[in-house]
Amino acid sequence: MKFGVVVFPGSNCDADCYHVIDQVLEHPVTYIWHQEKKLSGVDCVIIPGGFSYGDYLRTGAIARFAPVMDEVIRFAERGGLILGICNGFQILLEAGLLPGAVLRNESLQFRCHDVFLRVENAATPFTNRYRQGEVIRFPIAHGEGNYYADPDSIKQMDENGQIVFRYCLENGESAAQANPNGAVGNIAGVCNKNGNIMGLMPHPERCCEEILGNTDGILLFSSLLQWWGFPDQKRVTA
Amino acid sequence: MNEKMTPAWQEMGLTCQEYDKICEILGREPNYVETGIFAVLWSEHCGYKNSRPVLKKFPTEGKHVLQGPGENAGIVDIGDNQALVFKMESHNHPSAIEPYQGAATGVGGIVRDIFTMGARPIASLNSLRFGDPSDPLVRYLFSGVVAGIAGYGNCLGIPTVGGEIFFHPSFKDNPLVNAMCVGIVDHDQIRRGYAEGTGNLVMVVGARTGRDGIHGCTFASEELSEESEERRPAVQVGDPFMEKLLIEACLEVMKAGYVVGIQDLGAAGLTSSSAEMAGRAGAGMELDISLVPRREEGMTPYEVMLSESQERMLLVLEPQHVEAVKRLFAKWGLEAVVIGKVTGDGIYRIRDGETAVAEIPVKALTESPVNYPEQREPEYYQRLRRWRADDVPEPDNCTDVLWRLLASPNIAGKEWAYSQYDSMVMLNTVVGPGADAALLRIKGTPKGLALTADGNSRYCYLDPYQGGAMAVAEAARNLSCVGAEPLGLTDCLNFGSPEKPEIFWQFTRAVEGMSAACRALSIPVISGNVSFYNETNGEAVYPTPVVGMAGLLPDISKYVTGAFCDPGDEIALLGRFAPTLGAGEYLAFIHGIEAGAVPSLDLEQEKRVQECCRRLVREGLIKSAHDCADGGLAAALAECCIAGKLGADVALPINGRKDNILFGEMQSCIVVSCAPGRLPAVLDNAAAQGVDCRVIGAAGGDRLLMRGAADRGVLIDMPVEEMEKVWRGSIASFF
Amino acid sequence: MFEARIHVMLKKVILDPQGKAVKNGLLAMGYDCVDDLRVGKYLVLTLNTADRAKADREVREMCDRLLSNPVIEEYNYDLQEVAP
Repeated sequence: MKFGVVVFPGSNCDADCYHVIDQVLEHPVTYIWHQEKKLSGVDCVIIPGGFSYGDYLRTGAIARFAPVMDEVIRFAERGGLILGICNGFQILLEAGLLPGAVLRNESLQFRCHDVFLRVENAATPFTNRYRQGEVIRFPIAHGEGNYYADPDSIKQMDENGQIVFRYCLENGESAAQANPNGAVGNIAGVCNKNGNIMGLMPHPERCCEEILGNTDGILLFSSLLQWWGFPDQKRVTA
Repeated sequence: MNEKMTPAWQEMGLTCQEYDKICEILGREPNYVETGIFAVLWSEHCGYKNSRPVLKKFPTEGKHVLQGPGENAGIVDIGDNQALVFKMESHNHPSAIEPYQGAATGVGGIVRDIFTMGARPIASLNSLRFGDPSDPLVRYLFSGVVAGIAGYGNCLGIPTVGGEIFFHPSFKDNPLVNAMCVGIVDHDQIRRGYAEGTGNLVMVVGARTGRDGIHGCTFASEELSEESEERRPAVQVGDPFMEKLLIEACLEVMKAGYVVGIQDLGAAGLTSSSAEMAGRAGAGMELDISLVPRREEGMTPYEVMLSESQERMLLVLEPQHVEAVKRLFAKWGLEAVVIGKVTGDGIYRIRDGETAVAEIPVKALTESPVNYPEQREPEYYQRLRRWRADDVPEPDNCTDVLWRLLASPNIAGKEWAYSQYDSMVMLNTVVGPGADAALLRIKGTPKGLALTADGNSRYCYLDPYQGGAMAVAEAARNLSCVGAEPLGLTDCLNFGSPEKPEIFWQFTRAVEGMSAACRALSIPVISGNVSFYNETNGEAVYPTPVVGMAGLLPDISKYVTGAFCDPGDEIALLGRFAPTLGAGEYLAFIHGIEAGAVPSLDLEQEKRVQECCRRLVREGLIKSAHDCADGGLAAALAECCIAGKLGADVALPINGRKDNILFGEMQSCIVVSCAPGRLPAVLDNAAAQGVDCRVIGAAGGDRLLMRGAADRGVLIDMPVEEMEKVWRGSIASFF
Repeated sequence: MFEARIHVMLKKVILDPQGKAVKNGLLAMGYDCVDDLRVGKYLVLTLNTADRAKADREVREMCDRLLSNPVIEEYNYDLQEVAP
């Protein structure tokens, strides 16, 4: 399965995503420069974290008009798999590929620490190796991750299974103190109706190796492989 | 009005003797621009005119050193054809005036110093000093500085992995913001700030030049006063996105082999970078500043030369590479413009189009005159040393004291600050902020890199020599605690005005103490920075030499942190347990007294304890190591319990005043824990190296219990969960 | 030549943490009559055209497409003719 990592000038988790696909997952991966107009035949597009074009106006606002985004949108329409992490999620929201928007963290501070997430939908291409309701630990690192969508949209998304991850306590309970940014309904990650596009604020690529103290993220990437038809992942450590 | 006009040179901070010297060198009076150029390059900030002779005391050579002081940053070898580039720098005055931008541009500046050497920046650290956090102005400075470091560093994608924060009233209006950056480079990719090769071209790249920060560097060389409040415009504004582009573009240009020499535009902007580059190569330089891209109209030559606009670099390259370099920068959306050339005559020549602006021998600029300021032992030194603990009442309830100490801003967890920093990006962070030392893996090797920044302002005030030595010893000890061997250090020396004999005495003694420790522990100084004039309305900050240190772990799979691991593990003290009440956090925070002799430091003993600790970690014999520092043994044990979410039951090793044994501070003593079966090997190892090692109890349960020696009953009894709440919540509770 | 002065504000229904923080700051300073405070963005841009209808159309388009995010923000602007 071939992965492509989109690189904006201010991307800074691009090399991290590349590393995990290449060194941990051991699958082919290529960088896609923001000026490019082709996705060079990749099976899954990852839009990594960072500050795309400085993000001075709104996070992801300018990035979504980058030349590469036209192709990403066409790829999405064809049902291609797209994963947006942190700033990548913000870009997908701005591009309208995912519903909602993000605001500044309620604390008005950038936050970098581990959070607990509950897998709300384990039937997506991105989560099929997790158990429904499983509690996992991912790191966050953002200043604007306060997810918002109007109540009607939230209701619809809920019904469609589009809410994929929610912040929770270690025991799985939803609670205000488990919410690091003020996101409505403790929402940490969502997908589109079709399920082929997912975005989340936490960083799965930061928790894929034993030496870094946490491997909860690897199942997200191996879910994609499973979906693509690699059922026997040697590195799956469920 | 008939006010006497002050001559321009005096306004710019030159002394009468210096001005005469300039006239003598030039054989004429300098013009306005030339005067400005001399003033900034001969300022303490750029020219180290007061500190240079003292800094010569530092040992700067060692088997790992590839580049010592004098370049943009120092370099040490880490094997496998790789090297580590690092440096620390102060941005105190700008942060006092505008905390967010001051701190942000501090990070920006030090990051440029690292990638200019050809290295990819991989980690940032910082050492911060503020006044009492219950003061709203201090909170404004503190939160602004932290947000500035976060805002800039996070955007660059360089993890901020460690550092330290200390609060003391002497820093109320003059905080210290010392930023350190570490980069990694292959040996053959190392670049330097050399303007070599007559006829080679000089290019300025990155941001356009505006009026910001003019005189930032003379500003750094004077005391803060009410007037400097009004100089707000002097503070530069940082653009981290631009810096990110600059990093990527410059590394790409260097990798392609197009760069002869490169340096960032830091303090004194174009003036210092171009003169220093020419100076190092023994060359001359000719610049036409009408070619420098500007952000504002109507800038004078003086303003262009001295602007401290951020995110700019100066490149020297061979003429045939100009087009390729321009294309590469254009790919990143950056301007790259040829503004001059390297000459062979050793003259620094500035033109504005056809008009000559300045003509000065390069040597005269880079070899500034040296001052030998007077020094005098301050009156307080002997007086405070004589203090004895007899008048301090022994507390009845030691548990209560420990509660209060854990909430002391200096001992409490600093998570409120460091959780605002992205500490994990780049996927190397094995141990992040909040530990004795940060630990990074080096991808593609089994090795680990340990980093720390340390200083103790109170010790240095009470005894600058010992305090300086302890800053070095403690930084090294922190590295040894994770199992890493120190390779070299960088320093930031923060003091008051060198023109005051008492301050210069503090400075000299601190450097001498640091040098002694460096020699004893075989750790060379590879880069550094001096920040004088940290004063507000005549009151100097506590003298604060900060040490940034890097060390290497041969096998990263074998490292430990301070956290207790498993119930039943034996807890022992490695090194001599010799607490003293003087100069400590307990005395200051609980009794409001800052006096007494600082803990004694035997450098030979220190060396042996550290070697022993490293060996125990590497051989996998111990599971945790944490040194006894602020707040003594009780605070150290509390931190081990909190980090491990595990209790401990220990008996104090000696008799005496219980507050001294519990909270008294010492050097060269490390709390270690090990599996019971490993204890004989741990004791044997220590004995073989002539290091004291004494078992004091075991980990387990959910409380910290400390019992007096010889049946003096339980002195401290605290649930770990409650301790954690107090310790973690303290800083946040100020906001 | 026209100058557009654009205000972009979070929609009323959306919590504005920045506004809340500033308001609390003012209250703490003793300005206890402060009732509500919201923080927005103010953009000033000049358009090199003499055609008011075109300027108006383009400013609206820019606001819809980039300068504001309709999910969370609303905007208003005024357009003034200025000397080139």
